[in-house]
Amino acid sequence: MENTPQITRRGLLRAAALAPMAGALAACATPQAQAPTSSAAPAATSAANPFGVDAKKPLEVWIFDGGFGDAYATDIHQPLFKTKYPDVAIKHSATKEITKVLQPRFAGGNPPDVIDNSGANALDMGALAQDGQLQDLGPLLDAPSWDDPNVKVRDTLDPAVVDFGTLDGTFLSVGYVNYIHGIWYSQKAFRDNGWAVPKTWDEFLALCETIKKSGKMAPFTYAGKHPQYLYEPLLTMAAKIGGNEILVDIDNLEDGAWTAEPVLRSAEAWAEVGAKYMMEGTAGLDHVQTQTAQNKYQVAMLPSGSWLENEQKTTTPDDFEYGMFPIPDVTASDKLPYGTLHTRPGETFIVPSRGANPQGGVEYLRAMLSKKAAGDFSELVRTVSVVKGAGEGRDLTPGARSATEALAAAGANTVHFRWRSWYAQLHDEAVAATGRLMSGGATAKEFVDRLQKKADELKADSSIKKYRR
Amino acid sequence: MFATYRRGLFILAFLAAPVTLYLVYVISPYLQAFYIALTDWRGVNATPAFIGFDNFIRLFADGVFWKAVTHNAALLVLLPLLTIVIALFFAFLLNVGREGQGVGGVAGSSFYRVVFFFPQVLAVTVLAVLFQQVFRPDDSGMLNAPLMALGMGPIGFLSDPDVAFWSVLGVMVWQAVGFYVVLFSAGLASIPRDMFEAARIDGAGRFSLFFRVTLPLLWDTVQVAWVYLGILALDVFAIVWVMTDQHGGPDFSTTVMATEIYRNAFQYFRFGYASALGVVMFFFTIGFAILSLRLSRRERIEY
Repeated sequence: MENTPQITRRGLLRAAALAPMAGALAACATPQAQAPTSSAAPAATSAANPFGVDAKKPLEVWIFDGGFGDAYATDIHQPLFKTKYPDVAIKHSATKEITKVLQPRFAGGNPPDVIDNSGANALDMGALAQDGQLQDLGPLLDAPSWDDPNVKVRDTLDPAVVDFGTLDGTFLSVGYVNYIHGIWYSQKAFRDNGWAVPKTWDEFLALCETIKKSGKMAPFTYAGKHPQYLYEPLLTMAAKIGGNEILVDIDNLEDGAWTAEPVLRSAEAWAEVGAKYMMEGTAGLDHVQTQTAQNKYQVAMLPSGSWLENEQKTTTPDDFEYGMFPIPDVTASDKLPYGTLHTRPGETFIVPSRGANPQGGVEYLRAMLSKKAAGDFSELVRTVSVVKGAGEGRDLTPGARSATEALAAAGANTVHFRWRSWYAQLHDEAVAATGRLMSGGATAKEFVDRLQKKADELKADSSIKKYRR
Repeated sequence: MFATYRRGLFILAFLAAPVTLYLVYVISPYLQAFYIALTDWRGVNATPAFIGFDNFIRLFADGVFWKAVTHNAALLVLLPLLTIVIALFFAFLLNVGREGQGVGGVAGSSFYRVVFFFPQVLAVTVLAVLFQQVFRPDDSGMLNAPLMALGMGPIGFLSDPDVAFWSVLGVMVWQAVGFYVVLFSAGLASIPRDMFEAARIDGAGRFSLFFRVTLPLLWDTVQVAWVYLGILALDVFAIVWVMTDQHGGPDFSTTVMATEIYRNAFQYFRFGYASALGVVMFFFTIGFAILSLRLSRRERIEY
């Protein structure tokens, strides 16, 4: 023992004992109130630089690596941004797990500058907004557009973007893609079999009957594992029968919003499809499996949105020719005319307010919303963007063209709902209830009653923040 | 005097690191969870408000959470029962099940021993994805394809709310059995061979050999298995989250406590409420541990 070099040993032990203590400081699960990182004051603003971007400050961008990938950011948006700010170093990252990667950074007070907050694991906008973590993007709307200093950004966008991005009166997020919902089919299959796009619900049911009898394929399917794919047309149909206020009432958690007659009528209509015309095994298949079945001509129609064509590009036969039609007329006295569409700005971009370079973040969004960036994006990922006219003169694929034409035909008759992102609990309940409805485990009446009950519960729960539109 | 003091110090120095690690990464998060359960923290804000026992009051009216608790309770009973029965049966056959003279396993037992252990080697996530394919409700499903070939309709193993829970239980049993076969085999190996031989000479058949000799002598091991499987049943998460539709669905028919905690924390961003659920789960687990320790006090058999 006496020969042991004591100091070294003790020093070692001391170090060993201290090492975890250092970790201890970082291992705190409880949030710590931090002095707000003071974002450096913006540089001088001008017409060309409306937000006062520092031409040397680095910019950190996180993209959701989903159906659109992240090449559009590195190949289109970032080079465009660089043309104006060549000295800004852009740190680009992509992930499928936005929340897991970035939630700790918000809690730690050092979020990045631009986030594509999308996908199944997106950050909760309500929670972020409640804590003032998001930059007010109002100035972006009133800033001159990237292309033309005489036109405001606001005037270049689909109006739904402003409505969708607004929480409690503040514009906080920019949806970049215009998701257009409808019933999707193969134009080739319809042409070859002499099937016509149905204009009324009776025609739709008759078509289902014809397809079923033909024995060539099943009439209808949906992503049974993810019944939100079906509550979407169900609610669009309810709005078509009873008018846009049906969806507004549901969003506002009004009493009796779900039990309203048009919602019940629509639920009955879809339950009938579920009982009679569904592809076998639908309830246990996901969106990829059902969409692939459609590509193999095993099923004729399914409800989806304008991302479908890009999502299926590897399994779609070359002559498949995706097409989309709107929800048919249900009654002779539907409140909204034929052609009414559910549109929804998606791929939500946000700028954290406590990041190092929020001015650069907003400027990045302004670049993204230029006609060139949006048009290149539409072409690359085969979809429709929210920038007006960005698809003009572009070489669009059949599905994207079909959706663009449907959107033009719909004109002002577009509807949307927002409760899905406002009240995640209600979404989960609606998913469960829709699955039950479509597999015959619940009647239309039970469906609406169940959702009304859940909506009433949420309304009464003081811990859940309420939104109105 | 000084020497003993020094010795204590020496031991203390060695313990300091692991104990600190344990305190920092295990005990302190536990304590913090108890505090977070009393706040309305939403995960991103820095200053959660203290709201007392509101989360616990809310929890009592949460139908989905209590549904999850009943699923855990059902697993707590069924998972150990089925797994132990099957594993005991296999272990017995593999070790002392041979017909005729001598004590040994059935023919090919060394091969089966390896095969039974396979499921244990697979990661739970791999298993969950694998069984999603096995349970597919169309003619590409491993189970449904033969059923459909026989002219029967496909069974929605994961998509029918009345069936899905049993599918989850089936997969968990399938995965657990292998390990307990090994555990019981080890237990059997420690029983002196001559006991079996003596019983054989006295004319015991395989049936009475199992119930009169094997089971009583293995009782300690069975109790250990029961506690392990009970814990597995209480903290099941990955298999449900990955394998089932809608993470614990359809219609919450397979959800368990851990998935509800995860859902509330990372999907609803109600970290305070999720912590309250965690605290409740903590007490369930502690309760089970105390209960099982009480019940399993029994005299050992000395050979």
